Amino acid sequence: MAYVRLENITKIFGSVTANDKITFEVEKGEIHALLGENGSGKSTLMNILSGIYAPNSGSIYIGGKEVAFASPKDSIDAGIGMVHQHFKLVDVFTARENIAAGKGSRGFWSSTAELNKRIADIAEKYGLAVELDKKIYDMSVSEKQTVEIMKVLCRGADILILDEPTAVLTPQEIQILFDILRNMKKAGCAVVIITHKLNEVMEISDRVTVLQKGKCIETLKTSETNPQQLTEMMVGKAVNLDIECVPMERGRKLLSLDKVCVKNKENRNALDEVSFDVFSGEILGIAGIAGSGQKELCEAIAGLEKVSEGDIIFKDESIVQLSPRDIIRRGITMSFVPEDRLGMGLVAGMDIVENVLLKAYQNMPGMFINRAEGRRIADDIIERFQIYTPSASHTVKKLSGGNIQKVLLGREINLNPELLITAYPVRGLDIGASYKIYDILNEQKQKGVGIIFVGEDLDVLLHLCDRLMVMHSGKIMDIVDPKSVTKEQVGMLMMGHKQ
Amino acid sequence: MIDFLLDQLAPFLQTALRMGSPILIATLGGIICEKAGHLNLGVEGMMLMGAITAFMTAYNTNNIFLTLFAAGMAGLVGALIYAFITVTLRANHTVTGLVLSIFGAGYATYIGSTSAVGKSIADKTNVVNAIQDIEIPYLSDIPFIGPVIFGQSIYFYLGIAVAVIMYLYLKKTKAGLNLRMVGENPGAADASGINVALYKYIHILAGGFLCGIAGSFYSIKLVRTWTSGPTAGDGWIAVALIIFATWNPLKAIFGSFFFGVFKGLQFKIQNVALPVIGTIKPQYLEMLPYIMTVVVLVFIAVKKKRENQPPNALGAPYFREER
Repeated sequence: MAYVRLENITKIFGSVTANDKITFEVEKGEIHALLGENGSGKSTLMNILSGIYAPNSGSIYIGGKEVAFASPKDSIDAGIGMVHQHFKLVDVFTARENIAAGKGSRGFWSSTAELNKRIADIAEKYGLAVELDKKIYDMSVSEKQTVEIMKVLCRGADILILDEPTAVLTPQEIQILFDILRNMKKAGCAVVIITHKLNEVMEISDRVTVLQKGKCIETLKTSETNPQQLTEMMVGKAVNLDIECVPMERGRKLLSLDKVCVKNKENRNALDEVSFDVFSGEILGIAGIAGSGQKELCEAIAGLEKVSEGDIIFKDESIVQLSPRDIIRRGITMSFVPEDRLGMGLVAGMDIVENVLLKAYQNMPGMFINRAEGRRIADDIIERFQIYTPSASHTVKKLSGGNIQKVLLGREINLNPELLITAYPVRGLDIGASYKIYDILNEQKQKGVGIIFVGEDLDVLLHLCDRLMVMHSGKIMDIVDPKSVTKEQVGMLMMGHKQ
Repeated sequence: MIDFLLDQLAPFLQTALRMGSPILIATLGGIICEKAGHLNLGVEGMMLMGAITAFMTAYNTNNIFLTLFAAGMAGLVGALIYAFITVTLRANHTVTGLVLSIFGAGYATYIGSTSAVGKSIADKTNVVNAIQDIEIPYLSDIPFIGPVIFGQSIYFYLGIAVAVIMYLYLKKTKAGLNLRMVGENPGAADASGINVALYKYIHILAGGFLCGIAGSFYSIKLVRTWTSGPTAGDGWIAVALIIFATWNPLKAIFGSFFFGVFKGLQFKIQNVALPVIGTIKPQYLEMLPYIMTVVVLVFIAVKKKRENQPPNALGAPYFREER
């Protein structure tokens, strides 16, 4: 029997069966990719293995022995460590404190020589670099991830699960992460990597298991398969993997930013003299490490963030002083998908119809809200975006992450904007849903809509966008032509190095 | 000038520190509870439960250890109700805390009016003597500082000791680190193998124990007969002080004595003709601590710093399988 074996695992959330009799195995010294669309049950399955969710039925075997996890504590004791997609770190703690808490160290005092030595040993063994006394809130995403990995290794984990680890890393950082994973493999760890990026599956994994809608489709050797086959298993039908950049004659100038500055809470410039134009019928991509000012830029245009200097002109009119509502009425919509996916734009406790009504009610006559109309729009969005939900009156927070995003983007596009700002619309989305969204963006572009697309996957940005703007700590590094630039060049710009 | 310091200021500060002592203990009780991520507005209620229990125990047993222990246990029982509702049943912290305050007040008034009214513990000498101001040999002879700091009752020394121990506990020990993680991010704590519910229960109960002891001050030290509502809202001041102290036990020491000064002022400048403004009506003096609470909270709200923020998960019920 394999070192880790999950047998016939079933997990039901309310009316949704997230895992349906899944059997999954990992060996020591292997990197195993768990591939599947959003809502296919990858995260749920791994949360069961790490003791966070209790399965409704099924058994878990480790090293041939059956185990039952009542809490994450039991799972840690069994040698399982999970690096969550949303890092389980305390922002106001230093790296060392985060590592030491819980099962990280023993003894009465929180900082011990034994722990420091153990951290140093692990750092050397696997090639991890951690600044132990740095606060988490001062760290980049990649640094935080390294702390997370260090944390689970310090607890003696030899079965490592990484949930979407590459989602927010630059190409260079991804390579560093992969080197660490290969070192672990060499040291005899079992590594599970949850992902939906096929090129990474092909590059790093030894075997791959594909899940679809809560069911296990098949486990294959990576060397014996190809991206096309995996996609078909994952989506259940053939999908064209090319992202299209529809050629379009660029239209009139829609939006123009002139030396726009935005100050953050510490009174420093979160946006530093940002100037650029957006034309109708184009997709302007924005690349940058998370927190380089993308959020402030989107919010400044949408009127949510105060502009301290500079001007924003939309169709010959300054919109700097306008309220967010007036800006929406002039035809600008913004959909920002934050890291936790729920923080912005949607009310988690409301159902889809109500979330649609939050914006749509403005265009409805009379004093009362027309729920029937809201339901019609909601059903329309559900069909157009293929949202996987029991009904339009399903509470948003009970949907899977990808479906939540589709509700958000669908609502914004439904308002027929002239300028569509969308940040991370495919964050964590599966292939089918992502391509659906690229198609929708292209469709909007052909209708003459100007689109600002803030993204994190460089492959997508380079293929989809007409122009690509790279940001670094609030400044624009350059606006490049995606057709003639390489990923590595963009990566250098993202880190602030100008050629 | 020296004479003025010795004759006027020293006794005044002594009163201030005395009045600040129970507020300090209650604030510390609140801090340890909030560090576990539980906003507890029941401090006043737990103090009142402690106050009436202390009075009845002192009256019936004339034993100081039993009295303080019983007062602490009364606060702990209040905290247990709160912990069960907020940790196990995951109810709203604010409402539960308010209900606990109302419950505690009702409980104290009920027991007080049926059993304690008209009784006095002035003749329970074991208790009375044990909580007398203690003059620490040699140290209390230091001019000015001596009587102010080294001529206090056990409430003062207990408060300081608990504050220092709590500070070291939170800052230096493994359990303290785990506790802070529970309050900041229970999900992270859980994933680190920390028993979140157990940590919450233990620290909420410990907080309740401290609040109960704080309450005993008002019924056996400040006055020796039972009066209804003896704490007079000091529990609410403690709740505000938790924020003022930015959840730091050492800062709570200064905060409590700062408020002690305003409580002390009531006693000292009543009926004293001050220059320019003349005598101040006692009603206005009684308002001072509460007005200061509002003023201080406004200042704190204006001055924001990353390290001074409340525990991140304060007031949020934790449910592991929440999606």
